[in-house]
Amino acid sequence: MNFGLMLEAVAVLPSGIALTLTLTVLSLTAGFLLSVPLAFVRAFGRPGFSGAALAYTYVVRGTPMLVQLFLIYYGLGQIEAVRASVFWVVLRDPFWCALLAFSLNSAAHTTEILARGLQSVPRGVIEAASSLGLKRLQTARLVTFPIAFRISLPAYGNEVVGMIKGSSLASTVTLLEITGMARQMVSTTFAPYEIFIVAGAIYLLLTSIAVKATQFLERRLSTERPPAQRSRSRWRPPLPGQGLTTPLP
Amino acid sequence: MRIPLAIAAAIAALTPAFPASAESERVVTIASEGASPPWDGTDDKGELYGYDIDVGRELCRRIAIKCTFVPQDWDGIIPALLVGKFDVIMSGMAITEKRKQSIAFSVPYASGFNQFVVRKELGLDPGDTGQKINLSIIGDKEKAAIERLRSTLGGKAIAVLRSSNSEAVVKQLMGDVVTIRSYDSLDNMKLDLAAGRVDGGLADYFTWRDFLETPSGSGAAFFGPELKGGLWGPGVGAGMRKDDTELLTKFNEAIEAATKDGTIKALSLKWFKTDISPAASN
Amino acid sequence: MGGFTAQFAVALTVTISLGLISGCLGTAAGLLLAISRGMTHPPLARIVTAYTTIVRGVPELLIILLIYFGGTTLASRLAGRYVEVNAFSAGVIALSVVFSGYATEVFRGAIAAVPAGQTEAAKALGLGAWQRWLLVIGPQMLRLALPAYGNLWISLFKDTALVSIVGLTDIMRVAYVGAGSLRAPLTFYLAASALYLSLTTLTLLSIRVAERRYPALGH
Repeated sequence: MNFGLMLEAVAVLPSGIALTLTLTVLSLTAGFLLSVPLAFVRAFGRPGFSGAALAYTYVVRGTPMLVQLFLIYYGLGQIEAVRASVFWVVLRDPFWCALLAFSLNSAAHTTEILARGLQSVPRGVIEAASSLGLKRLQTARLVTFPIAFRISLPAYGNEVVGMIKGSSLASTVTLLEITGMARQMVSTTFAPYEIFIVAGAIYLLLTSIAVKATQFLERRLSTERPPAQRSRSRWRPPLPGQGLTTPLP
Repeated sequence: MRIPLAIAAAIAALTPAFPASAESERVVTIASEGASPPWDGTDDKGELYGYDIDVGRELCRRIAIKCTFVPQDWDGIIPALLVGKFDVIMSGMAITEKRKQSIAFSVPYASGFNQFVVRKELGLDPGDTGQKINLSIIGDKEKAAIERLRSTLGGKAIAVLRSSNSEAVVKQLMGDVVTIRSYDSLDNMKLDLAAGRVDGGLADYFTWRDFLETPSGSGAAFFGPELKGGLWGPGVGAGMRKDDTELLTKFNEAIEAATKDGTIKALSLKWFKTDISPAASN
Repeated sequence: MGGFTAQFAVALTVTISLGLISGCLGTAAGLLLAISRGMTHPPLARIVTAYTTIVRGVPELLIILLIYFGGTTLASRLAGRYVEVNAFSAGVIALSVVFSGYATEVFRGAIAAVPAGQTEAAKALGLGAWQRWLLVIGPQMLRLALPAYGNLWISLFKDTALVSIVGLTDIMRVAYVGAGSLRAPLTFYLAASALYLSLTTLTLLSIRVAERRYPALGH
């Protein structure tokens, strides 16, 4: 173990954090925005539409994200029509390709997470809202979605962690985020062990912050009172992710 | 760092262990990238082929040892050799001072050269593509050639193989004026050049030549002079671990013999259609 | 695609055996860790928690790279002689480690979900610790864990693709090489997607069958 090299890695690798975080945050945001309407369709839509949404989430969640990334990056670039179209301005850039692949992937996972949440909102609550005179969109916005989101939060936390880790795949399409920087360093120092350990520690720090943030949000959004009893009586699914078909990332 | 004994036992049980001693029955494993034809490529049966492979077989036949070939991605090829994943690297690897700090090299079994390639639609004037520039001796001619490359390629995205000498050369000569894009494999680099994601690239002349003859390579052309020397070193050699001196000696003897009797030249003509044997460059 | 069809067939068996071996080893490790975590021995519980936190907080890709490159050095030092860790064994170890990290959490949650009254009742019946685990808590816990446990297998088969990066000739690797050498990435990556999708579908169907046969008790 060469500690000097590890120190060097500690100095160099954090410059990849910005790109890792940019990729993670943007793809989670885009994925979330895309997944909200999809989740409603999936949970309450007509069978045809719900089936279409399911087909999308099923295929995306059933294949490795690495394959999806390569399909978008190398696969689409092979088609002449794509290269001639306006989309090429975006697809030409590895950053946007990675962002597109990660967003579509995250959207599929988030859709299933939110759809499960939406389906477990008690019918009575929705009926109560409509008997108060709320319109369908208002009910969805003010009642159904907030409750569903709170139910989905633990599972969504897993998705956030999964995305931070998944963004490491961007290193395979020439991007220099944390893993990319680490592999670059390894290729000049020939010392994989030291450098990958430092990179792992940086990821661990990032994912730990994400876990803590989710837990904080869960506590903040918990409605049960009084706070003193919260930890014991708070509603929790019997298992993390139990009943969800969402594979852990 | 300690791990429980049970895990260590599991690791030991999972992995077939070869004692490093038994030299007589030793099977030598040679690694090649398998993505840089004609040096080394992978056919549709997953078998490695190319100049590196043929020379490797010939050397093993002369030394009278059993050899197997394995593919290994370029950017991990030296670390993997060092930890003992295989015994020899034969992958068009140039002998350089930097690499010599980590591994030992045989005498050269080829002396290649390198050249830029750019996409034709950029409309750049390629200049004299037959000019030969040796970066080991920097004179007025070399300075002018470098300056010309810098000014015409400035602002362009240049593809190189990660952890290659070409990468180091581009960094050294024009890292401040071009965008360097480093790839895992030459094949992926070529895909992106064909797709237009990069404007050009620097790599071994022969891998370019074969590519430019294919339909997907037709959109690109050679650019600027033939480059050698400098960070590329004296030629292409077989890489081995420094403590593996016995194997290194055998390889050196075999390479010298095969160069002398023209076998290397014949293989060079077969794969490159020109003689790049070390004897030819001297 | 020519000879690549045959290569994909071989690669499929590599991917399947990699997944199956890692999944079984990971399950065994996960069960052991979850049980030891449940015991009233604070330092041990803390070590197990640290293990699962680290494993679940670091990218799978990095774990694979670390074990592939670092594994040989470490194993050789421990064994006192040269030990080869090839891409397949490195993949098996890395994926088992990842699987066990998640499985520990799944089993731990399931153990906690078995009502405490069950243990007490078993104690009252005079059952020893081993009997309680084997006859009372174990079977109920496994049924509770089944849905989440099934998801781990789906993730596992997708994660096998990452081992291609250290040169294992699995489905992803064949696609990667084929895409590069024939310059037909679309065809090859679509073929790889189809293969992975059929693998995950098969896994999903098996889980559904298992869930129907062994539903969680009292539900």
